[in-house]
Amino acid sequence: MSEFKTVEPHNAPFAGKSELHEHPVDFNSYLRRCVYVFVAVICAVSLMLVASYLPGERFNWTAKVAMILVIACTNAFVVAGFLMHLISEKKMIYTLLAFTAFFFAGLMGLTVWAMQDFPAGTTH
Amino acid sequence: MEIPYAVHPRPDTGIYNAKVGIWLFLASEVMLFGALFSAYVLIRVGTPPGEWPHGWQNVTLGTANTLVLALSAITTLMAWAACKVRQFGKFKLFHGCTLLLALSFLCIKGFEYYDHLTHYEIHLTAASASGGSIADGHMVENDPGKDYVIIEGRYVNSEQQLIDLRSQKDVPETELKIPRSQIKDMQSYGPWHNDYLALYFTMTALHALHILGGSIVIGYLWGPGRKLWKTDPEHFTNRVEVSGLFWHFVDLVWIFLFPVLYLT
Repeated sequence: MSEFKTVEPHNAPFAGKSELHEHPVDFNSYLRRCVYVFVAVICAVSLMLVASYLPGERFNWTAKVAMILVIACTNAFVVAGFLMHLISEKKMIYTLLAFTAFFFAGLMGLTVWAMQDFPAGTTH
Repeated sequence: MEIPYAVHPRPDTGIYNAKVGIWLFLASEVMLFGALFSAYVLIRVGTPPGEWPHGWQNVTLGTANTLVLALSAITTLMAWAACKVRQFGKFKLFHGCTLLLALSFLCIKGFEYYDHLTHYEIHLTAASASGGSIADGHMVENDPGKDYVIIEGRYVNSEQQLIDLRSQKDVPETELKIPRSQIKDMQSYGPWHNDYLALYFTMTALHALHILGGSIVIGYLWGPGRKLWKTDPEHFTNRVEVSGLFWHFVDLVWIFLFPVLYLT
């Protein structure tokens, strides 16, 4: 959320090249861009619904879940990228998010790992 | 003493302090919801095939909530953009819309909860005249003073028939009067019903609490908090931006909750 700033800070080692504009952006063009994002979200939701109702005889559960999650991730990328302006943020924010992604991947990865690592003779 | 970099960015990071703060907070939130999602994965994958419920949620209401939240994300962004171009009237309009959409989301979610909590699965001591030993439907009358309950539903032979409700949407439901003497046990579709509903209520309730918290902040900025606009509009704009980032995060969480709980 930084496109309307007019001043770029000096001496900013963490401040990467961003989408900051030297000139104020026209409010109406910004509104138009938001409408595009909303339309994209509607399309993504529609696709998810279609994928969930695909016939089970031709598409097994795993394939349907994979399709739905890919669409959801794309939808999330659009929201995070354009509405949270992550496509044009500062390096410090990216660094912080990289650490978050690392720990999140560890959280999910360890969970999946644990499912394959039950001690012999136990039940769950 | 004035707090530094509350309005203007720090020279070394290029970001003002509140923005760093909200991103750190959102990072912790990712881990909070991540823990619940990993619990979902663990339980879902560990469930034997054919035993995980399908079609237990109202997809129409879930889709409506998804669109409501997506629209509110747009309006909160436009509210911030209006602040940036110094159009306070538009800010009030867009932020007001965000607030209304947030309340709409909570109302729809409340209706869904009510629907689950009035939906009962009743195990009978003996098979009914129609042959089913389980009555499933929404409670119509449950007066402790009367020796019967009335539900709007149907009889089924086994719990297996209740697992995939999506394929049974066309099964007709009628009013069933069940004597209490024939009831072995009776349970609503609350979080205690099974693992799926426990996860559903936990995840969506935590998410709804975030919506409520965000609404309070947005309401504050729209109401009493707007006094700051007159004295320091840039500072106020930063507050709107920070609340907006939180709101977009809440939208992001729902983008994953909706398919996971309603569609798969």
